[in-house]
Amino acid sequence: MAEKGAIEERGDLNPERIRRYSRHMLLPEIGVGGQRKIAKGKVLVVGAGGLGSPAAFYLAAAGVGRLGLIDGDLVDLSNLGRQILHSTPDIGRPKVESAAEKLRRLNPDVEVVVHEGRLAPSNALDLFSRYDIIVDATDSFAARYLINDACVLTGRPFVHGSVLRFDGQASTFVPGSGPCYRCLYPEPPAPGTVPSCQEAGVLGPVPGIIGTIQALEVLKLLAGAGRTLAGRLLLFDGLALRFDEVNLGRDPGCAVCGDHPTIKGLIDYDAFCGLAPDGGPDARNPRPLS
Amino acid sequence: MTYLTPEIDLGGEQMTCKVRISSPLRRFAGGAREFQVEAATVGDLIRVIEADHPGFAAKVIDDQGQLRRFINIYVNQEDIRFAGGLATPLKDGDEVSIIPAIAGGSGGH
Repeated sequence: MAEKGAIEERGDLNPERIRRYSRHMLLPEIGVGGQRKIAKGKVLVVGAGGLGSPAAFYLAAAGVGRLGLIDGDLVDLSNLGRQILHSTPDIGRPKVESAAEKLRRLNPDVEVVVHEGRLAPSNALDLFSRYDIIVDATDSFAARYLINDACVLTGRPFVHGSVLRFDGQASTFVPGSGPCYRCLYPEPPAPGTVPSCQEAGVLGPVPGIIGTIQALEVLKLLAGAGRTLAGRLLLFDGLALRFDEVNLGRDPGCAVCGDHPTIKGLIDYDAFCGLAPDGGPDARNPRPLS
Repeated sequence: MTYLTPEIDLGGEQMTCKVRISSPLRRFAGGAREFQVEAATVGDLIRVIEADHPGFAAKVIDDQGQLRRFINIYVNQEDIRFAGGLATPLKDGDEVSIIPAIAGGSGGH
């Protein structure tokens, strides 16, 4: 079994790594060079739930050098229809602990880093600066705007995914090159306007598909392969089993990435999304202010 | 303006657009994922849908008559905000997608 060393050493393809990643390296678009880049990559997955489970799973399988996890939730029975990193015995455990255990078992070569607590304005900038790419696998508008702004301010690309019922959306945002999430959605819906999965439901494979697409996008970014979703919004309709896409453009008037940005630091995202300080009606999952 | 249901065939002379509505708005437009509408502009298209499904327009348009900022409308994959907004003209065979933001989640928002 390979020993865990510095992240730079993971670029060394010993016989075990060559065998583990052989199917990747056979691909001309990846090859040995691409796998080395993946092995040196540092990716933070924000959210270890429906989207984060498949995303983190595939990123660990691919041998991403450092895989960070942050999610303040505990595993709940209602999660297990889709949050495939977690199992029945994990109910009540912190999701990040449950996730880390499975990811390390899948691939001991990956440095899995568990970050305690929730992503917040008080920790996002420092946290993001320690990673190359961020995966938005969160479940609230407040978190999505926080991730967007922190990525723009730290210059980190991030891969967005969101789901509801049978639908999914995905895109890749590269600050300094194309639009950001605020260019796409300058403001969130008022509370109660767009239902959550808890209210409207979601079918398990839907976040499975979108989260897997997020992992694919990350690997392409790291390896420099193919064409990412930058500049496009992928739309998935699981009932019709159909993918569509629309083109996204940078908004020169965007509040955070525009020509004259008005947002130059992280804000109170709960307030921006119209939520009370405890995060809204769900008192079981309070989202603290910074 | 005529709201065409899929069962009515008025022949090739009518100017029709295919409208696709994403999940959160679908129930306000009769529940169909995809349907056809005859309209000259995006704004007209919304009015046509409103005529058959009262209340739809208010979900999409705010009190100032502007498209709500968590909803995007695309004509043939291009965002109308970069075209003519609600005045964006439509032509026969155009595909109009109405896509609101979604976040997933547990009801914190």
